[in-house]
Amino acid sequence: MSHPVSTIPIHSPVLEPGMKGLVSDWSADQQSFKKVPWGKTMMWIFLVSDTFIFSIFLISYMTVRMSTPDLWPNSSEVFALTLGGKEIPLVLIALMTFILITSSGTMAMAVNYGYRKDRRTTFVMLMITALLGASFVGMQAFEWTKLITEEGIRPWGNPLGAAQFGSVFFMVTGFHGTHVSIGVILLLIFAFKVWRGDLEHERPGFLTGRKGGYETIEIVGLYWHFVDLVWVFIFAFFYLW
Amino acid sequence: MSEAENQQHPIGIYLKIWLLLFVLSTASYMVDYFHVESYLRWTLIIVFMLLKAGLIVAVFMHMMWERLAFVYAILLPPLLILTFIGIGALEADYTFLTRSIFFFKGAP
Repeated sequence: MSHPVSTIPIHSPVLEPGMKGLVSDWSADQQSFKKVPWGKTMMWIFLVSDTFIFSIFLISYMTVRMSTPDLWPNSSEVFALTLGGKEIPLVLIALMTFILITSSGTMAMAVNYGYRKDRRTTFVMLMITALLGASFVGMQAFEWTKLITEEGIRPWGNPLGAAQFGSVFFMVTGFHGTHVSIGVILLLIFAFKVWRGDLEHERPGFLTGRKGGYETIEIVGLYWHFVDLVWVFIFAFFYLW
Repeated sequence: MSEAENQQHPIGIYLKIWLLLFVLSTASYMVDYFHVESYLRWTLIIVFMLLKAGLIVAVFMHMMWERLAFVYAILLPPLLILTFIGIGALEADYTFLTRSIFFFKGAP
């Protein structure tokens, strides 16, 4: 007698929804996250860890701002620009916010057109996203230059008030800007891969040797949206508070 | 992975969320522009921030279409940050108190 072949598939084709699904997914062996490519799971786990890093920055910012007896500089005035003879508060930061949101929108479009196997549109959308990201970094460089050369703000002190203002500003926006820059590089790499047809023809990647596919665009997209997400918090707590 | 399902949704929903994010960003900028102050300012900032963050995570990052087992595994751990904020605030208040006493040079 041959081995009885189990007729129950390892992953039951019918998946329970809701709370029951939560329990049965977690109590299943081998794999808890159904219908999620592992690359996406890994990206999310990285993003959770990155969430903690940025949280620690923002919490230390809260701590130093609450504990300093010195006056905290008014960011609305520090980041104002004079346009057409009129001083507009925070105008550059608002523009940067809109640029990042727009780039998030074009990124979502890129993911969507990727799954539609529309190579050309995906490529164009990725390039627009990269361009918007690069312009964001450019504006940040402009902002840093203005703050360093005109306002005399340094990580160890500034003429406007609490010394911690400078250290928090350079650390938080610097880390975020680094993330944006890395994102732009990633976007350019993947735009090139899309354009060359690597994802469409499932060619193995040069680093991992994994089969190419359009879900990698979604994974890159997750990173990009996260960068936008972090900016939402920085904008609220550092610039507006 | 063969079991992976594509996250494909109509373009319309992305455009609507995009528009909403624009409106919310404008609203939070207006809070500063019109010099809304004190508790109203802080409430509005946090409300607009949370709405924007929620929309980005739910729609752009596709969380609303993922299975609950995955959503909870990713979104529950960051809640610990709230505890950390509490600890930080306690510590900061104490530091502020000691500094105020130490640097106090008499009434101005």
